[in-house]
Amino acid sequence: MSDLIGYLITGLGIGAGFALVASGLVAIYRVTRVVNFAQGGFAVLAALLTSTLLAAGLPHGVAELGGVALGALAGLIVGVVAIGRPGTSPGTSLIVTLGLGVLAYAVEVLIWGDQPRSFPGLTGVAEVAGARLPAHYLLILAVTAPVFALMAWFFARTDLGRALTACASNRYAAQVVGIDVRRMGLLAFTIGGALGGLAGVLTTPVQQVTFDSDVTLIVNGFAAAVLGGLTRPMIALAGGLLLGVTQTLVAGYGGGAYQMEVALVLMLTVMIVQAARTGPVPETAR
Amino acid sequence: MTVELTVDKVSRAFGGVYAVRDVSLTVPAGELRAVIGPNGAGKSTLFALIGGQLAADTGTVALDGIRVERRPAHRRGIGVVFQTARVFHGMTAFENVMVGAHAVTRAGFLAAALRLPRHHRDERRIREKALTCLDRVGLADWADRPAEELPLGQQRSLQLARALCGEPRLLLLDEPASGLRAAEREHLATLITRLRTEGLTILLVEHDVAFVMRLADRITVLDLGRVIADGTPAEVRANPEVRTAYLGPETVRPSEPHPGVEGVAG
Repeated sequence: MSDLIGYLITGLGIGAGFALVASGLVAIYRVTRVVNFAQGGFAVLAALLTSTLLAAGLPHGVAELGGVALGALAGLIVGVVAIGRPGTSPGTSLIVTLGLGVLAYAVEVLIWGDQPRSFPGLTGVAEVAGARLPAHYLLILAVTAPVFALMAWFFARTDLGRALTACASNRYAAQVVGIDVRRMGLLAFTIGGALGGLAGVLTTPVQQVTFDSDVTLIVNGFAAAVLGGLTRPMIALAGGLLLGVTQTLVAGYGGGAYQMEVALVLMLTVMIVQAARTGPVPETAR
Repeated sequence: MTVELTVDKVSRAFGGVYAVRDVSLTVPAGELRAVIGPNGAGKSTLFALIGGQLAADTGTVALDGIRVERRPAHRRGIGVVFQTARVFHGMTAFENVMVGAHAVTRAGFLAAALRLPRHHRDERRIREKALTCLDRVGLADWADRPAEELPLGQQRSLQLARALCGEPRLLLLDEPASGLRAAEREHLATLITRLRTEGLTILLVEHDVAFVMRLADRITVLDLGRVIADGTPAEVRANPEVRTAYLGPETVRPSEPHPGVEGVAG
């Protein structure tokens, strides 16, 4: 029993990372209709910078914020390159993000090398209902929950949030109302970058990071985001947590080698069931 | 707040066919101008050229003498109400109108993120303003309904409330009365008259000629992309060229709107 609780909390912690990456994808896709394949790269960049800042003697908190800020900046840069030119189609922008993701590999290897890096997070062991697990997993959850609450508040209760939602609903009308759609797209990319960066700095203490860690993050994050049609952040959150828990359970009770495959098959099953129930996904108007 | 609109020799062609050709018109500040014409006359294209949804091939559009034809739509300060429903789905009617205030809200990302007092003040102001605008178009009772669930007529009124919330200098109304019931139409006519009395410059496209004759200060008649008449309602009614354009020398044109050039802005 205590094993199960341990796996569940660990899984939620891992899943929170996927969920943050997924919500970044959703934030960007809703406003710009671009699937940002550089999303995992934000996490890697943020984690690598944080490891350097900590090694340079900066205190915890400051170093992590620095990492998240770099994620946001990287998001903005990717946004400028991918959607900065008016009239770029979402398909073209998608390829641009893919290219930038590969370019990021080169930059990361040049600066940080190709060896795994990590940094200590919250040290110590926590005991929850008899299960002993690294306390850092609880920190991940304690940070992720308010971040999602803040996002919900931001999108519903602020002028900028409503403007972003309006762009997501109808770009044409949004422009007529006086919203700078391109600027909103860049803001979405920046938010997506910060969320990706946060995923990176939160999960690195328990997972290590290498330049190509983004693959795991983007595959899982994308699966979680697709669950909600790439447009519903709360379903992406649920999807991310579900993926994390499933993977941890598979690794804990079965074999660690297949955890990702099992989780993705599960996700596929959920999507097939969902599609069978609701019919084909309607083509969204641009 | 209100402005004079000057359109000078504006043309726009689609695949070699002119939808609007050398159209010039001046609407003095505070005037309610109607644009009428048969289907395919270029009314909606002209609207899109003024509103910024389409770029003109040649010609200029100016507000109080300042040229705006190269500005993107969101920087022209023009409120637009489309004939087709263009409300934001997934938001309530109230939230739709609140989005309209974006054009005149300058609270940045940081103010909101840090929950500065300024953000609270702005939010309160936006809410009050949105409620007032919603009330003006008679939709106060619908405030918390999802926008896409409103009947088409109400969705158009909602667009009007949303446009008003952005404090436009010029208002473009594309067939605001179509599909409305008689009582709703009366209410809309009263509202438009009141907006004009308040000094807002309004440009109105409408198929209902009786509605137009009653409301407009002046009427511009388009046919085949050109201005064929311009004058007071009485002058336009008496103009033989207008009668020919509407009724045709031999055949009667269909009176219902159809997709095509007209549908570009819709």
